[in-house]
Amino acid sequence: MIQIDNLSKNYGDVQAVDSISFSLGDGEIVGFLGANGAGKSTTLKMITGYISPTSGNVHIGDKNIIDDCIEIQKMVGYLPELNPLYAEMKVHEYLKFHASIREITGNKFTDALKKVVKECSLQGVVHRTVGNCSKGYKQRIGLAAAMIHDPKILILDEPVTGLDPNQIVEIRALIKKLGKEKLVLMSSHILQEIQATVDRIIIIDEGKIVADGTSEELISGSQGMTQLNLEISNADENSIQDMKATMPGVNIKDISKKGENFNVHLEYASGTDPRKDIFNHAVEQSWILTEMTVTEKNLEDIFRNLTGKIDNGATDE
Amino acid sequence: MNNILTIFKKELHSFFTSPMAYIFLVVFALINGYFFNIQFFLINESDLRVLFGIVPLVYLFFIPAISMGLISREKSLGTIEIISTMPILERDIVIGKYLAGFVLIILGLAATLIHYLTLLYVGTSIDHGAVFTGYIGLALLGGVYTAVSLFASSLTDNQVIAFIIGIAIVLLFFMMDKLLFFMPSSMSGVVQFLSTDFHLSNMARGVLDTRNLIYFASVIGFFLSITTRILESRKWN
Repeated sequence: MIQIDNLSKNYGDVQAVDSISFSLGDGEIVGFLGANGAGKSTTLKMITGYISPTSGNVHIGDKNIIDDCIEIQKMVGYLPELNPLYAEMKVHEYLKFHASIREITGNKFTDALKKVVKECSLQGVVHRTVGNCSKGYKQRIGLAAAMIHDPKILILDEPVTGLDPNQIVEIRALIKKLGKEKLVLMSSHILQEIQATVDRIIIIDEGKIVADGTSEELISGSQGMTQLNLEISNADENSIQDMKATMPGVNIKDISKKGENFNVHLEYASGTDPRKDIFNHAVEQSWILTEMTVTEKNLEDIFRNLTGKIDNGATDE
Repeated sequence: MNNILTIFKKELHSFFTSPMAYIFLVVFALINGYFFNIQFFLINESDLRVLFGIVPLVYLFFIPAISMGLISREKSLGTIEIISTMPILERDIVIGKYLAGFVLIILGLAATLIHYLTLLYVGTSIDHGAVFTGYIGLALLGGVYTAVSLFASSLTDNQVIAFIIGIAIVLLFFMMDKLLFFMPSSMSGVVQFLSTDFHLSNMARGVLDTRNLIYFASVIGFFLSITTRILESRKWN
């Protein structure tokens, strides 16, 4: 449904987005993941026509953002980062304003209002002034405004930033519900958020796409080596180092002493399993093996490897 | 057209949900009323030329004040991103906002009609045509100053800076024909024609010349056009 072709954006000498291409299909929930300043918001702004690409294009159906900006804007619902709203308006007035621009008036508006109020659980605040609503409600008002024309495509820029955990769960559930019938493209720099909400993840770093797939695909695709942690007592460091000679496929990454015990961090090629050999070696050496743990890679590791940085959501973009 | 009307209604609603419009209308009426009345009963003339001299001065500060936030506030709050990603042309945004500011000015101007009633009550041999063309002139002058102030508002996200830029440009238009003395004679004709006061004074005398109307319409069109270009330019920054 959305086809991004070699999209680039330069701000002066800074290349914010560097020739990215991907396509998104109907009914997908896609997470656009990247560290602060990676180019997520710039890309979303280009898709929604807020800024124009320096080169490349965005196609939705047979329209493109350079020649048919207004037509594309009719098809898309957009929740910008930080969710700016007209605070002086009442909630229903704000939604009416959005509907009116999209030529939804009269009975059509009444029906659309009922639908988004129900979907976004705004029943309690419809007649309240936007500025007096809580942050969670404001986020839902922004979502309701983006959905008032029942768009096939929803673009949400950091939709849960600044919300408390309960509000995050609510918005996440809403996005999942919407994703059943719409294409939802949401950006976030919070890994857990993306992992919990989306079907597919696109990771962007320094303006380039560095990964694209489901979280399972990304994790399995990156597992060249399996990590293994051992805790051994009744051993000495030299005899542990000698283990390499008997098991050539095992690479000892780190040995540290903790009290009487040694913590050993090993890695070996995925697809091989030297754990029995390690156990037998320990028996031969009269070591006491108190722990043997395989460490699975998670999305955080993938993100760290791909971007060289990690963001646990403590900071807002 | 529908989008222009939607933006227009939103802006007018925004004016009247804050104290801004009410303060403007009351203070505008009081200031004009005070300066009109202290002179009108002294000069013993049955016309509104006194008013037509005062209102442009009051406009100088009031119009940039009410228009300063029309675009700059959207920029500072970030709502410009909301409005710019809706299916609406920048031209329609500018016209809708302009009309809202202009209507507020017209409402303020309408309040000064009370002085016309005073004139009807105490005056003799009133030149109603001159009053009519004078009011048309003031409305058009308000239109020019609103267009200029809207342009100033599009240049920045800071309302105070927009206000200062607005006053500076409006003052320039107002002062042009008062500075003719310092101009080389080859330029004085052009500068005089660009001055708002030159065209307004014609209309206050009861002359409705198409050149004056074309001047006002051109200046309004020019400033609305460059304001639209400025809004569009965000795409290419």
